[in-house]
Amino acid sequence: MKHIRNFCIIAHIDHGKSTLADRLLDFTGSVTEREKQDQLLDNMDLERERGITIKSHAIQMEYHYKGEDYILNLIDTPGHVDFSYEVSRSIAACEGALLIVDAAQSIQAQTISNLYLALENDLEIIPVLNKVDLPSANPEEVTDDIVDLLGCDPEDVIPASAKTGIGIEEILEAIIERIPAPKGNPDEPLQALIFDSVYNPFRGVETYFRVINGEIKKGQKIKFLATGKSYDADEVGTLKLKQQPKQVIKTGDVGYLITGIKDAREVKVGDTITDAANPTANMIEGFENVKPMVFAGIYPVDTEDYEELRSAMEKLQLNDASLVFAPESSAALGFGFRCGFLGMLHLEIIQERLEREFDMTVITTVPNVSYHAYTKKEPDTKIIVNNPSDLPEPSKLDRVEEPYIKASIITKADFVGPVMSLCIEKRGVITNQSYLTPERVELSFDLPLAEIVFDFYDRLKTVSKGYASFDYSPLGMRESKLVKVDVLINAQSVDALSALIHTDNAYNIGKKMCEKLRELIPRQQFDIPIQAAIGAKIISRETIKALRKDVTAKCYGGDISRKRKLLEKQKKGKKRMRQVGNVEIPQQAFMAVLKLND
Amino acid sequence: MAGIYIHIPFCRQACHYCDFHFSTSMKHKEEMIEALMTEIALRKDEMNGEIVETIYFGGGTPSRLSPQELEQIIGEVYKHHAVAEAIELTIEVNPDDLIEGDPDKLLQEYKAIGVNRLSIGIQSFREEDLKLMNRAHNAGEALKCLETATKYFDNISVDLIYGIPGLSDEAWKQNIETALSFGIPHISSYALTVEPKTALEHFIKKGVIDDPSDDQAARQFDILVEALGKHGFVHYELSNFGNPGYFSINNSAYWQGKKYLGIGPSAHSYDGTTRSWNIASNPKYIKSLQQGELPLERETLTMKDRYNEYLMTGLRTIWGVSIDRIRSEFGPAFSDHLLEQSQAHIREGYLKLEEDEGETLLKTTAKGKFLADGLASDLFLLNLQES
Repeated sequence: MKHIRNFCIIAHIDHGKSTLADRLLDFTGSVTEREKQDQLLDNMDLERERGITIKSHAIQMEYHYKGEDYILNLIDTPGHVDFSYEVSRSIAACEGALLIVDAAQSIQAQTISNLYLALENDLEIIPVLNKVDLPSANPEEVTDDIVDLLGCDPEDVIPASAKTGIGIEEILEAIIERIPAPKGNPDEPLQALIFDSVYNPFRGVETYFRVINGEIKKGQKIKFLATGKSYDADEVGTLKLKQQPKQVIKTGDVGYLITGIKDAREVKVGDTITDAANPTANMIEGFENVKPMVFAGIYPVDTEDYEELRSAMEKLQLNDASLVFAPESSAALGFGFRCGFLGMLHLEIIQERLEREFDMTVITTVPNVSYHAYTKKEPDTKIIVNNPSDLPEPSKLDRVEEPYIKASIITKADFVGPVMSLCIEKRGVITNQSYLTPERVELSFDLPLAEIVFDFYDRLKTVSKGYASFDYSPLGMRESKLVKVDVLINAQSVDALSALIHTDNAYNIGKKMCEKLRELIPRQQFDIPIQAAIGAKIISRETIKALRKDVTAKCYGGDISRKRKLLEKQKKGKKRMRQVGNVEIPQQAFMAVLKLND
Repeated sequence: MAGIYIHIPFCRQACHYCDFHFSTSMKHKEEMIEALMTEIALRKDEMNGEIVETIYFGGGTPSRLSPQELEQIIGEVYKHHAVAEAIELTIEVNPDDLIEGDPDKLLQEYKAIGVNRLSIGIQSFREEDLKLMNRAHNAGEALKCLETATKYFDNISVDLIYGIPGLSDEAWKQNIETALSFGIPHISSYALTVEPKTALEHFIKKGVIDDPSDDQAARQFDILVEALGKHGFVHYELSNFGNPGYFSINNSAYWQGKKYLGIGPSAHSYDGTTRSWNIASNPKYIKSLQQGELPLERETLTMKDRYNEYLMTGLRTIWGVSIDRIRSEFGPAFSDHLLEQSQAHIREGYLKLEEDEGETLLKTTAKGKFLADGLASDLFLLNLQES
């Protein structure tokens, strides 16, 4: 046990986490020349393309230091606020963390919130100043920022460049010298923390765990405490670049477990693995059932593909337990599913995976958060509203509550004004403002979650010219004055476009929605009125003028092939549209409300 | 029946809207004529001995060649093919070429070499339109050209363009009336179209010329249809109007899926299943034929491709799409699918079904005609399983 080090990396997106991880693997000889591939730990194509880590990963390195062999378990963490619970579980599996800070950009909000998580879990923090080789690097000032934040010695900060390899040896030395070895009792009953799981279509769900006490053996009868289910440990092993089966994973070590589980929902991140016959009395603290934050309807573009969509969603759920869905129907779109997501990124990922992995083109309706509604008749009975259509009639409605969050925004002093304006526009209330350094300010706001779900991130980036970072945590439900804004296309109400909006913003947003839809819905053979309404009251109207000309003048011998191919392409485009009444609505129009300010 | 199209890739100057293949340099004229004749000889068997019923010189500008040069090429066709007695032999001419020297002599020479149909690129009788489009002739030349041509030829088609920025509806009516005053039996009329990579596109992007508006084009199309209808013209294809007996036989073949052989750079050919096209480069075309090689690419049309093409071309014409022909050529699954798919458009008045001598025909209505491409693409098949 004294030769094991478990650590994670805390960093802001783009601060070089994945590159540094690659460099560590390289330096310790954990990858061969042939296996090299940028961002080794990001398995999913989507992760590599977007340059972010969606799932947590883990990898084991061996390192010879001062005549002794050490095992270093790196637990990579997801780099997006949508997955903050997974981050917290990864942190709980470690004794130390590398805090990577970009020497040019300094500390960002998400880094801070993850750092606090690490400090709460008593992790030893090793600050690394990355990208010191960049011309724009500002090492002295950023080192000061880090010293201020951690209260550490400036000498503790390791200057590094994951790109050129500067500082890698010093980082490895610090991991061994500064991070404590795991403490645990090999003689106690098995107690292991699940920090992630990965779906393997051939072998079932692979569970990643960290042994806290006891040990786990191949063939052992085990039990998951939160779900109460028992399994045989068919295979256990350590996570090198490829899995290495072992007879036993001992106290303090990190490994994988295969039990033949086919459904990812049985493996809950944060759950405790124990021995079925001799269970531990203590479940590891901090377990939560993951709760979806954002809801949206997902419908097949072609109504006939409903069953196919169901089967695709079920398969996705097998490897993404955080996805929840239930059947629903829409007057405009027919049969589909109301789905819950961890956040907007998660929603986009699901939509993209449906398209890539299942060739399913879907329509995603306007996303919303989960509201609580109370009627006048039963003012104490909570009605959960995950779909704007479920909101009771205005005449029967007593009140509505919406989820609030505590937002932390770190920005340069120059941008405090624009950031505040944005947050106030988003119905935010400032609760704190503190200068981390004379240049950098942390602003705290209470904000409705629904306002974050929409175009908040992009707007924040724009108003701060990219110099603002953002993180949030839930605050609970608060009463709000909300109304349902409906959209009528060609005089027909399209429920999939309805949204709950604060009374003060309803008029403005209704207008913008109509304008946006006018842009996004192609002209058709007739005039199409687009209206926004609250109840029976029309608050805005736009018209898409009829198409007057949809034909090319010439069609002779040399034009036919090219023209046919062009019209076939158009037809493919039309297949991605949804017919509502007699109007063809493109898939992206349903998400239009997210991009009202583009 | 078979038609031969011969592309003459030379022009006096570049019209701003044109995206056809041509060169303004006549330097390699001799080699080009040689190459065209070589291609005719090399491809003599592609017609499977069918009788040639139309020859069409298009371009480019065929009137850039002399009657003697054209005669050489025509001679090569006669050398290798059986040609119908009542052949339709069309040549596209531009007014500036026609009146440059002695128009009477030139027209008589055309007659002498067997040309019996002229397609004249008038485009407009208005100076400002001609300038905007960078045509090589002026308004006076347009009138003079038609006066002379009608002395010698009866079967004349005039090209007119509408939807030109600055062309008012009144001025457009006037253009139509002027053309009709010459008693010609055929008019081809096109909406000014902004093709990619043309000078016109460039000027529009720079804001020098206004973007032609669809509303103006649609209005002027309606004016055209009404005016020509009054004069007894049959609107037999979206952009083509003719007196009975004066429809272009050569062009009708394209819309009816008949075979054609295209000679010359960029020309397309179709043999009923395979479409081929020559390289769109004069030097490369000449070089290849000098080496005795055909500079062409080809693609074989699938059943779906042929079906889609028939819908696309058929809906533009007075003949429409024959449900019976779809049934016999593609099968009942296709005709049933088509009938089902067209229901909504029939209900909304864009398409109609007509019975003609026991045949069921799907056609665009007056309301649907100017939307024909969108309607066709709605009816397209993207894969065969759909039907």
